[in-house]
Amino acid sequence: MATTTLPPGRATTKRRASAFMQGIRNGDTFAHLLTLLCAVSILLVTLALVYELYVNSRTTMHKLGFGFLTGRNWDPVSGDFGALPFIYGTLVTSALALLMAVPLGVGAAIFLSELAPPRLSNALTFVIELLAAIPSVIYGLLGMFILVPFLRQYGEPFLKRTLGFLPLFQGPMYGVSMLAGGLVLAIMVAPFIISLSRDMLIAVPVDQREAALALGATKWESTWQVVVPYAGVGIMASVFLALARALGETMAVTMVIGNDPRISASLFAPGYSIAAVIANEFAEATGDFYIQALIELGLVLFALTVVINGLARLVIIFTTQKGTGH
Amino acid sequence: MVALNSSVNAAPAPDAVMLNGAGASFPYPIYAKWFSDYNKIHSDIQINYQSIGSGGGIRQLLSGTVDFGASDAPMTDEQLSQAKTKVLHFPTVLGAVVPTYNVPGLSQDLNFSGQVLADIYLGKITKWNDPAIARDNKGVNLPAQDIVVVHRAEGSGTSYVWTDFLAKVSPEWQSKVGTNASPKWPVGLGGKGNEGVTGLVKQQPGAIGYVELIYAVQIKIPYGRVRNAAGVFVKADLAGVTAAGASVAKTMPDDFRVSITNAPGKGAYPIASFTYLLIPSKIQDANKQKVIKNFLSWMLSDGQKAAEPLSYARLPKEVVAKELKQISQIQ
Amino acid sequence: MQWRDYWRRFFNYFMFSLTGLCALVTVGVLFFILGYLLWNGGSSLSWAFLTHLPTPPGESGGGMANAIVGSAKLLLLASVIGIPMGFLGGVYLAEFGAHALPFVIRYTADLLNGVPSIVMGIFAYTIVVLPMKHFSTLAGSLALGVMMIPIAVRSTEEALRTVPQSLREGALALGASKWKTIATVVVPAARKGVITGIVLDIARVAGETAPLLFTAFSNRFWSPGWNQPTASLPVMVFTYAISPYEDWHRQAWAAGLILLSLVLVANLVARLSVSGRTAH
Repeated sequence: MATTTLPPGRATTKRRASAFMQGIRNGDTFAHLLTLLCAVSILLVTLALVYELYVNSRTTMHKLGFGFLTGRNWDPVSGDFGALPFIYGTLVTSALALLMAVPLGVGAAIFLSELAPPRLSNALTFVIELLAAIPSVIYGLLGMFILVPFLRQYGEPFLKRTLGFLPLFQGPMYGVSMLAGGLVLAIMVAPFIISLSRDMLIAVPVDQREAALALGATKWESTWQVVVPYAGVGIMASVFLALARALGETMAVTMVIGNDPRISASLFAPGYSIAAVIANEFAEATGDFYIQALIELGLVLFALTVVINGLARLVIIFTTQKGTGH
Repeated sequence: MVALNSSVNAAPAPDAVMLNGAGASFPYPIYAKWFSDYNKIHSDIQINYQSIGSGGGIRQLLSGTVDFGASDAPMTDEQLSQAKTKVLHFPTVLGAVVPTYNVPGLSQDLNFSGQVLADIYLGKITKWNDPAIARDNKGVNLPAQDIVVVHRAEGSGTSYVWTDFLAKVSPEWQSKVGTNASPKWPVGLGGKGNEGVTGLVKQQPGAIGYVELIYAVQIKIPYGRVRNAAGVFVKADLAGVTAAGASVAKTMPDDFRVSITNAPGKGAYPIASFTYLLIPSKIQDANKQKVIKNFLSWMLSDGQKAAEPLSYARLPKEVVAKELKQISQIQ
Repeated sequence: MQWRDYWRRFFNYFMFSLTGLCALVTVGVLFFILGYLLWNGGSSLSWAFLTHLPTPPGESGGGMANAIVGSAKLLLLASVIGIPMGFLGGVYLAEFGAHALPFVIRYTADLLNGVPSIVMGIFAYTIVVLPMKHFSTLAGSLALGVMMIPIAVRSTEEALRTVPQSLREGALALGASKWKTIATVVVPAARKGVITGIVLDIARVAGETAPLLFTAFSNRFWSPGWNQPTASLPVMVFTYAISPYEDWHRQAWAAGLILLSLVLVANLVARLSVSGRTAH
């Protein structure tokens, strides 16, 4: 048809104008605007959030500069604020959590999507998703009174006896430790990994499985060598979402990690995470500079989670478009 | 507003006064009792106090988010200069900071010299059967257990008092760490509030921590004797704390900011401290002003009776008299 | 058959058994948590606990009546802040959205959803607590309310999308304006999903502790109005758990049980009621 667009003729303009007037008269324009404003509020809130975080940490950002991220010293007294111990603690506990939760989670997801009959699968998934709804402070409560004493009395000594040659499992055993933090986080993010990975696996077209089986593969071989790789990128993305969640967890971590801003090689040692130090010190940070340093930590955490979440979600969007072939 | 008649305290009347305060956990047990008792006497006055540490108390007071603060460490000149109106220190009680520990198998109280405590907290003494500890505890069977040092995670007046004492008895501590509410701890786990430290010590075999006396008493964990300036090992008790307080009763400065650690005298407990309510000198709300003044007078008279059952020592007479005069400075 | 095939068969059963074990472990943890809380918390629940105010440490008979009411007030105000905006935003995405804006909004909503709740607490502190010079229920509700908006937007959008297009077209063909169609036909058709989304949204923020630590702070007494600090169940659980008093520990378990029960019941009811998900 015509490849050039002509300006709208008089008839078209008249039609559009009367439609517009009708829109105003019957309230559609108003409804459109109102809902649009509410939707846009999300953008505004996010912008306001970033703005507030930035404005309230400007002084420390200028004064400490990049050294904030690499400094190992957190000394409110002398005004020397280095975030490295908290970044370290956050990353170590999260990495530990993923190390434990990913095999467990992907394994459970495989069971739920490939082996379990649909009704059992739905029922179990329902139960597992309930785990995701449990508040962080409850996990902290259980971590403090069950996990930590268990680690101190049995878990850590066992690890020391068997794997004590590794610097990871050396040193005094307090119970409260980065190990405890990682364990609690693992239980908290496992439901997310299971739920999302299961969705990804179920979305893999049946023909893929059937083709592998037709070629003589066992069900496991078909699953592991065909289905999982097919959903692989999506599973990776779900792992990243779980990571972002683990990075920001506050209460459960602060109740079991020991709250010591120290960088140690051993998992038995107490540590500190960004969210935990903000929770502990915010209400009592004396002096504007101290508060700004804490808010700057909040900004670092915000940036970390947004970047990881953002990338993961983009991956999910593009893979589900490709994967389901829509 | 929900009003449940079966509850211990009824909902506030329409023109009730509500005050918010925050700060030290050192005196929390007695402040909680005072504010609860005061509410029983004056049911339309509710004073909500949250134990968040002395650092928090000072900070919230300076930000203006609470009506009054509380701290064991007197405010520094720098902090006072940040206040919009002059802040008045009102000592409330005298307390003791005790070294409390969890060493399985011990049947007696341990003796600690200041130097030993400093070395433990510097990380130089790491086992309970270290010769330095054994020297002060002849005849006690000390296990070869690792010492787990516990300190405060947040800015704390109790930490201030503890480090003040350590700095006076150990030159190494003075130069390496110094006296501070938020010192750079060489070693140890952080607990939140006196409550958190007590909890950690209770749960952790081999642990040593410093807490206000009443916490060790209420939770029934052992605490040791500390050697005072006269060389005597004193166990924290009312007599020892009162003696420490008496040493400055007559020479109390006008702003009440004073340190009584390592006080002279044979019976004085060396790690004692006043604890303060921090009251702004100008309070705009007339109702609140009246309530604070009344509460302070009540605290200095009837309130003092609650101190000793909770293992805090009463204020010396001279100090009480001076404080009553300071109340009139609140406008 | 060759040995290799036997091995493959064995490996097949073995690996799938492992995956079954993984699922079992995860489910087992949930039941363990529930069981332990029921056992520990249930024994500390009492009428006194539900109706009394906190008492000083050492005095028995204390309760968390003010925390229960405080949490209710916080959630109520948070819902008022978060639900209407979230709902209308979801309506926009499902009914009006055009061009690239819906994508941007959806994406940002998901990002906002992933922001750690303690950062929301900082946000509410800087814009409410500092200017007001007061910890307050309002500040806490704002932190929670802002967290509720993106969840409400997404769940509303998804619920509305399940309504078949034919319903909309039928209404429009009968001469209804677009907003009337939405208000009288689409939303009522999707009401189950919308309400479920709202209930889950509230349950999600009911257990949040971190954002309340320096916004709503805490209170040993009743909190009158909206301008005073207030006790809340999650903060009380935290404060009592890290204390050294046995009595407070018991109360922490009891409070944890109440909190968990409310959250789980809300989740159960909401999810079960949507099993007939398609709207008719």
